[in-house]
Amino acid sequence: MRKIRLIIGREIKSKLKNKTFIIMTILAPLLITGFLAFMIKMTQSEKTEQNVLVIDDSQLFKDKLVGNDYISLSFSNDKLENAVEKFSDKGYSCLLWISPNLIEGGAGATQLYYKKSPGFAFQTYIKDQMERIIYENKLKANNIDPNIISNSKQSIKIILKKVDDEGNKKDQTSFGLFGFLTGALMFMFILMYGMMVFRSVMEEKTSRIVEVIVSSVKPFELMLGKIIGVAILGIIQFLIMGLITFILTTALSTLFLKDASAQLKVFQDQQEMVKKNGTNVNLSQLEKFDDKLEMFDLLQKLQEIDFGKVFICFILYFIFGYLFYSSIMAAIGSAVDSEADSQQFITPVMIPLMIGYFIATKTIMDPDSSTVFWGSIIPFTSPIVMMSRITNGVPTWELVLSLSILFVSFIFTTWLAGKIYRTGILMYGKKTSWREIGKWLFYK
Amino acid sequence: MADILQIRNVSKKYSNHVALNDVSLNVAEKSVFGLLGPNGAGKTSLIRIINQITGPDTGEIIFKGEKLNPKHVERIGYLPEERGLYKKMSVGDQVLYLAQLKGLSKAEAKKRLTYWFEKFEMQSWWKKKIEELSKGMQQKVQFIVTVIHEPELLILDEPFSGFDPINAQMIKNEILELRRNGATVIFSTHNMGSVEELCDNIALIHKSEKILDGSVKEIRKTHRTNTYRVTFKGNLLGFTNALWTGGEILEKHTDDDIHSVTLKLANGVTGSQLLQAILPICDIHSFNELIPSMNDIFIMKVNHDDSISGTKSNFTE
Repeated sequence: MRKIRLIIGREIKSKLKNKTFIIMTILAPLLITGFLAFMIKMTQSEKTEQNVLVIDDSQLFKDKLVGNDYISLSFSNDKLENAVEKFSDKGYSCLLWISPNLIEGGAGATQLYYKKSPGFAFQTYIKDQMERIIYENKLKANNIDPNIISNSKQSIKIILKKVDDEGNKKDQTSFGLFGFLTGALMFMFILMYGMMVFRSVMEEKTSRIVEVIVSSVKPFELMLGKIIGVAILGIIQFLIMGLITFILTTALSTLFLKDASAQLKVFQDQQEMVKKNGTNVNLSQLEKFDDKLEMFDLLQKLQEIDFGKVFICFILYFIFGYLFYSSIMAAIGSAVDSEADSQQFITPVMIPLMIGYFIATKTIMDPDSSTVFWGSIIPFTSPIVMMSRITNGVPTWELVLSLSILFVSFIFTTWLAGKIYRTGILMYGKKTSWREIGKWLFYK
Repeated sequence: MADILQIRNVSKKYSNHVALNDVSLNVAEKSVFGLLGPNGAGKTSLIRIINQITGPDTGEIIFKGEKLNPKHVERIGYLPEERGLYKKMSVGDQVLYLAQLKGLSKAEAKKRLTYWFEKFEMQSWWKKKIEELSKGMQQKVQFIVTVIHEPELLILDEPFSGFDPINAQMIKNEILELRRNGATVIFSTHNMGSVEELCDNIALIHKSEKILDGSVKEIRKTHRTNTYRVTFKGNLLGFTNALWTGGEILEKHTDDDIHSVTLKLANGVTGSQLLQAILPICDIHSFNELIPSMNDIFIMKVNHDDSISGTKSNFTE
């Protein structure tokens, strides 16, 4: 045991001294949250002040087309030709011209002149308003009350209720994407640390130090120490990355999503009220959040996820799944002399991982299909597939079954890998084949 | 003297060849033992079995009266033929780690490492990475790794290959000093000169089998071929006549009127008889028996020749 501890210690220390490793540990969460922030920022359009001169030759929009916090509109009866020359000198950022034959649908009926592009959001803002005004205008022209139209629109949300074996009904929201992301993360982690074990084994073999070490410890102890060392390293890295990501996303969400959370609260209270009072509620008094429903959906899902359970399962599946794959990787690392030779052995190991990844994508659309079920039981794919299912609620017996099978399988692969490893590390010069490895299993 | 190591009927088979076939040999305590044999004879297989890196298929190994077991690894030091250390790890950390794997406490390992660093005047290397050192320096570090836990049995696989002459001499001196301090050294080598210089006993392994073992002196004695070199002044023809059928001249060389003749005497004819026969007819400058070197014996044994072809071999006097 003392020797295994020494090996574990060295494995961890050698990586912790590695600058790339440290930089990656800190940089990866920064990059992830940075990317997320960037995406959010991109969806929230920039609000630059726009001072717009409007020449409305159609006479439809005066007093109806309005500005907002950052868009101010001034109507003018000037001629377009004159205005185009002078609008920027007069302090307007752009000039909107609406032709008299707009309602007949003439081409080029609305034109925007500018020196500096006011951006897409501005265009959408103006365009949406104009379309609505014309729509109402046309309805009125045909003597139709716009309220009838808007009241006959009804949006529907399907609420999912999962009935488990005991007959309990449980509100079920689809966590597909979040589940998939956890599965994908598992895929990445197993692959990353599996490769780390592979490299570490190969490094010892090619530098030939392995023969000195195995004259002091049993090859199996060396392999185990290495695998456990990298596993501890992985968990440390996962925790550090997780912590940094958590801090950053919390900071980020208070920055960007504070309003949204407050609005969500109002929205949820209103829904509660409607549920209680039924149709007696005066709907017109309620705040309307039509454009924010998607975001609310996401926020609500996040609030409902049992992060503790996800976290524990992730750690368990990572440990077992990692041990399962890394022992195979260690065996391969011991069998080859160079990274170039290793491809033929790594590919067959990658394939089941890839399959797991693809089944995980299937859980988004079809979380209860039999492919997904078997994928989450069979040890080659179960860490990835089960993680992608976990947020959807998995019966306990399935979890226990899947984890037990994975546990037994990793014991088996570790035992098998140990047999290959102790012969492989001392084999040089020969190009290894699967057949050769098969023979090693029977050496004394 | 007691045996530190007894190898009893050890066989080892790999899928497509036999590495060792029923090999038995004993290594006396506090001796230097040479394990000889051509490439691929099975030396490294035997060494790996002694180091418990692999196990024998059949047979057993007794270390100091006990069956070889994992506890013994701490009492054995091993320098593999293919040397290697962690390239990115500092010298100090590396040796401390490997010494601890051999059972030393960290404090003890540090103390001894300091001693060796001072001995080899390499204190400044402690924090250097192995890849920053020259090959010769790396070899010194590797040697320290092998001996730092003060093993009772030291196994060196081809210790002189890859070492420059200065380091090789240093290793030789260390081997002798370690033996003086009570260690037993087994080394495998192709360098026959070093065998005669260092070894008390040897075993010759060829094609997975031991074909010869014993003390170096005894082996050389039993392989005497009744060959002599005589340098004399006088008539070469007379010399040849005096020799008559008692021997056969293998080589002759004349410088001015000094003749140097290498000859092999017939069975039953002794050196004294030869001397008596030639004494009256020439003025003898020197007279030596040529005892075969380990190199000759090695080549002869491996080639399964039963006589030494004098023209091909290099005799030492």
